[in-house]
Amino acid sequence: MLDTKKIIPDFPILGKKINGKPLIYLDSTASSLKPAQVIRAMDDYYQRYGVNIFRGVYKLSETATEKYESARSTVASFIGSKEANEIIFVRNATEAVNLVAATWGEVNVDSQSNIISTVMEHHANIVPWQQLVKRKNAKLNYLDITEEGRLQPGQIENKINVNTRLIALTYVSNVLGTINPVAKIIKIIKEINPGVKILVDAAQAVPHMKIDVNNLGADFLVFSGHKMLGPTGIGVLWAKGEIMKDLPPYQTGGDMIREVYLDRTVFNDIPHRFEAGTPHIAGAIGLAEAVRYLDSLGMDKVRRHEEELAEYALSNLTGMKEITVYGPHTAGDRAAVVAFNAKGVHPHDMAQILDRDNICIRSGHHCAMPLHTRLQIPASCRASFYIYNTKKDVDLLIEGILKAKIFFE
Amino acid sequence: MDDIYRENILDNYRHPKNFGKLVNADIEEELGNPFCGDKIAVSLKLTGTHKQGVDRKVRDIRFNGQGCAVSIASASLVTEYIKGKSLREIMALNRETVLSLMGIELTPTRLKCALLSLETVQNAVKQTFTG
Repeated sequence: MLDTKKIIPDFPILGKKINGKPLIYLDSTASSLKPAQVIRAMDDYYQRYGVNIFRGVYKLSETATEKYESARSTVASFIGSKEANEIIFVRNATEAVNLVAATWGEVNVDSQSNIISTVMEHHANIVPWQQLVKRKNAKLNYLDITEEGRLQPGQIENKINVNTRLIALTYVSNVLGTINPVAKIIKIIKEINPGVKILVDAAQAVPHMKIDVNNLGADFLVFSGHKMLGPTGIGVLWAKGEIMKDLPPYQTGGDMIREVYLDRTVFNDIPHRFEAGTPHIAGAIGLAEAVRYLDSLGMDKVRRHEEELAEYALSNLTGMKEITVYGPHTAGDRAAVVAFNAKGVHPHDMAQILDRDNICIRSGHHCAMPLHTRLQIPASCRASFYIYNTKKDVDLLIEGILKAKIFFE
Repeated sequence: MDDIYRENILDNYRHPKNFGKLVNADIEEELGNPFCGDKIAVSLKLTGTHKQGVDRKVRDIRFNGQGCAVSIASASLVTEYIKGKSLREIMALNRETVLSLMGIELTPTRLKCALLSLETVQNAVKQTFTG
C-alpha cells in the first residue's frame, strides 16, 4: 500500500473538518482532490508570471510559454508518447471526444459508415457519436456486457464490417469498475479491419494506472485533468500526428493560425491548430504538477494501492445482506470504484445519510444512463477510492451503509 | 445535521398517498430527473370539458414511479394538495408551495427531487392548453 500518512497531509481539504468531523472522500471518480503542490504551481503562475503565451517577447511571456509547452511534454511522456505535438490541450475528456467527432468524424464518416461504442460508456463517449451519426445519416452500434459487467467476448468480430470507421470504448468503466483488455481488443479490431480508428476514453485509467500509448494501439486517447489531482478546465486529447495534421480545425480564431488574410486563413500546425484562443495556461501548469506528483508515487504502486482497496471494499460489500454490487467481483481486472445498491434505500437517501458523517459518495446514474438501463436500475450508489484513501475509509463506508439500512427499515 | 428525514417525510415515503395509475385519465405525463434517472408519472381526472379551460378542477390524481424519499414524499404531498384545485391554481404553484408542504429545507440538488412531481403535474396540465 502507499504511505497514506505521507500523502494525506499534501491535500489541504483532508485537513479541514466539517461540523467537527473529518472528511471521508469517496468520489474521486467524479473529481479527485488536489494536492498543495498543484495548487501552488497554479498560484505561482498567477502570482509571478501570469501573462499570455506565444505572443510576447518579454521575459515573463517567454517564461509562461516555456511552462505551458513543457507541461505538454510532461503529459506526453506520462502516457508514453515521445511526441509532445500529439498532446492537444482541451477543457476535459468530453471536449476531446467532441473535437474528434467534429474534425476527424466530419471528414471520415458518411451515410455508409458505422461507429461502434459500448453500453458501459460515460455519456461523453456516446452523445457526441449519436450527434455525428445523426448529421451524417450513419449508424451507431453498441457492444453489450455480460452479467458480470465485462464486454462480451466474440461480439466484436460480429459487429465490425468494412464500413466501420471508429470504435469508441472506455478503458475503465466509471460505474462497473471493469478494466477492459483494451490492447487485446484493439489488436483484434485491427486484424479484422486495419482501417478502423480507435478512440479510448481513458478518463478513469490515466489517473490510476500506467498507460503507454505505444503499446495500446489506439488512435485517439482522451482524459481529464481534474480526475488525476489536476485542476478542472484542462483535459487532454492524445491523437496520432499523422491523423490530425491535415484535419480541418475544431474552433477557429487566435493562436490556431499561421497567416490570416481578409479572404482566407492558413492554419497553424498541430497541436496549435486545435487550440484556438488563449488556453487554460494555469490549468496546463497545474496538470503537469499533478503528473509529477503521480510519477513520484509511481503508477504501478498507485495501481497496487487501489487494487488492494478494491479487493477490501468488494469482499466487505459482497458479504453484506441485501446489497447488490455491480461489475466484476474480482479486484484483478477492476478499478477502485464500486457501484452498489442497498435494498429499500434509494441511492440519494444513502448518499444523504452518509453525508451526515461527511462520507462523500456519488448517487445517481453517474453519466451512464444506458448502462443503468442495461442493468435495469434507475440509479446506483458509487464509492471510489484513490491514493489518499485507506482501508479505514472502507470500514467507515460499511458502517454508514448499515446505519442507512437501519434508518429506512 | 440535515433535517430532511422528518417523520412526515418518512411517512409519506413509506406509505405514499395517491400511488398508482388512473384508468381513463384525462391527462397523463411522465418526467425524469436528469441527475439520477428517477421518473415520476402522473395521471389526472378533471371536472368539466375542454371548454372550461383553466377553470377545470382536479377530480382525482395518481402518481407512480421510482424515487428517493424526497421525491416520493413530495409527490405524495403535492398530489394530495392539488386535489380539487383548478388548473389555474395548479399553474400558480411554485417551489415555495412544495417546500412549505414538506416543511424542510433542501440543498439545490435535493430540491430537484422535491420539485419533480410538481413539474410533472404542471407539464401534464400544459397539455390541456395545446389541446
